[in-house]
Amino acid sequence: MISFPRSGVPVVVFLLLIPFGFPSTARAQENPYIVAYDHYLEEPGNLEIEYFSTFGTQRGGNDFHAFWAEFEYGATAWWTTEFYLDGQTTFNDSTVFTGFRWENRFRPLKREHFINPVIYIEYENTNGADKILKEVEGHDVESDYANSNALLRKERDHELEFKLLLSSTHKGWNFVENTIATKNLTGGNPWEFGYALGASRPLALKASAKRCSFCRENFIAGAELYGGLGDRYSFGFHNTSHYLAPVVAWNLPSDWTLRLSAGFGLNDQSHHFVLRWGVSREITGFGSMVNHLFGGHR
Amino acid sequence: MKACVAALSVTAILLVVSLAFGEQERGPRYKYQNDALVYAEIAKAPDKARAKSNPLEKDRDAILGGQNLFDQHCSECHGDTGEGGKKGPSLRDPQVQNAVPGAIFWILTNGVVRRGMPVWSKLPEPQRWQLVSYIKSLGVVPAGAQNPASATAKP
Repeated sequence: MISFPRSGVPVVVFLLLIPFGFPSTARAQENPYIVAYDHYLEEPGNLEIEYFSTFGTQRGGNDFHAFWAEFEYGATAWWTTEFYLDGQTTFNDSTVFTGFRWENRFRPLKREHFINPVIYIEYENTNGADKILKEVEGHDVESDYANSNALLRKERDHELEFKLLLSSTHKGWNFVENTIATKNLTGGNPWEFGYALGASRPLALKASAKRCSFCRENFIAGAELYGGLGDRYSFGFHNTSHYLAPVVAWNLPSDWTLRLSAGFGLNDQSHHFVLRWGVSREITGFGSMVNHLFGGHR
Repeated sequence: MKACVAALSVTAILLVVSLAFGEQERGPRYKYQNDALVYAEIAKAPDKARAKSNPLEKDRDAILGGQNLFDQHCSECHGDTGEGGKKGPSLRDPQVQNAVPGAIFWILTNGVVRRGMPVWSKLPEPQRWQLVSYIKSLGVVPAGAQNPASATAKP
């Protein structure tokens, strides 16, 4: 059964092809995290288009391949806004569009500090079949995903998600600590909590004199640890899932960034294995281009 | 289908709001006559930051590496040879070229967030010093002078 809305397919394909149409781009220095966030926002006026995949194993059900497209725009140097489109394929079942997310990150402090906070606010409109595992919250466990897509899609989630992102950079290392609080606006669900931690470092700290694809400074390696923290009535590490994932990013001189992450479930309530990969491209000056299209001054 | 329409509507609203907000913030403030506001930030560098010397000062490759980084991260706003662009001021103005390396390094690290320049501490410290080396190698071109020939600007 293919239940992806067919009219939506060309739209998504078109959006993902946008990066190929822009010759004027700059190489980004992207971190390798897929779940955790550091405190660096998108450069003002730039649009980053990203595609991510998650392959997950499933006990008591079918393995799945979840995917999402991400459009990240630097509105100002202290505000980044992002829009997501999510979907998934459950093997031997179906492919479904599972919803959208609108995320905003705000940097409250003007300067760099030992610990740098960023406020994160997101609205999610997804259904129960969403399996991108962008975060773990509350009592999310592997068995939640075991049912068929037809059944899971009936559950609607309208969620507000808040995160406090803390990040430090020291001697080339980046350390992040994210705290998550989520409220499902449908039904009487309690506040749910989660966490994500990460550390990463480029393989070399100095830039080479020439542009090169395989220079060590183009690779950033690290690890992230993430999981749920229960809800307001049952807070803690129990009855939820936790993952540890080595991560690597490869920032190519051809303006593309590739990311790879192999996640391992740390308890019986986690998926055994979650493999993720992603590709992104940054389009510099996107805001100005659109402004000019609508008659803005040059 | 409803979700798809809703998603596209939200995208459109989001795009318009963020573009409008972004353009409003960057608008006239980034005309050349207001570069003084940005240059004034250099003077705010604390003494401890100013006192730092460039550890790569005698490293000739530092300038080449810095040029490589400048092309990737800075030229979009500050112009190909640092002469200033649509969004960023000239880095060849005497106020930048006569600044001590530590002050330029401090600006790179902290950005001028309220005036549109992001923080660049995501570049490791040696790369920021490479950028300082390159910026200092560009030399002075007074504001309002003709766009310098790139051939003379490159080290």
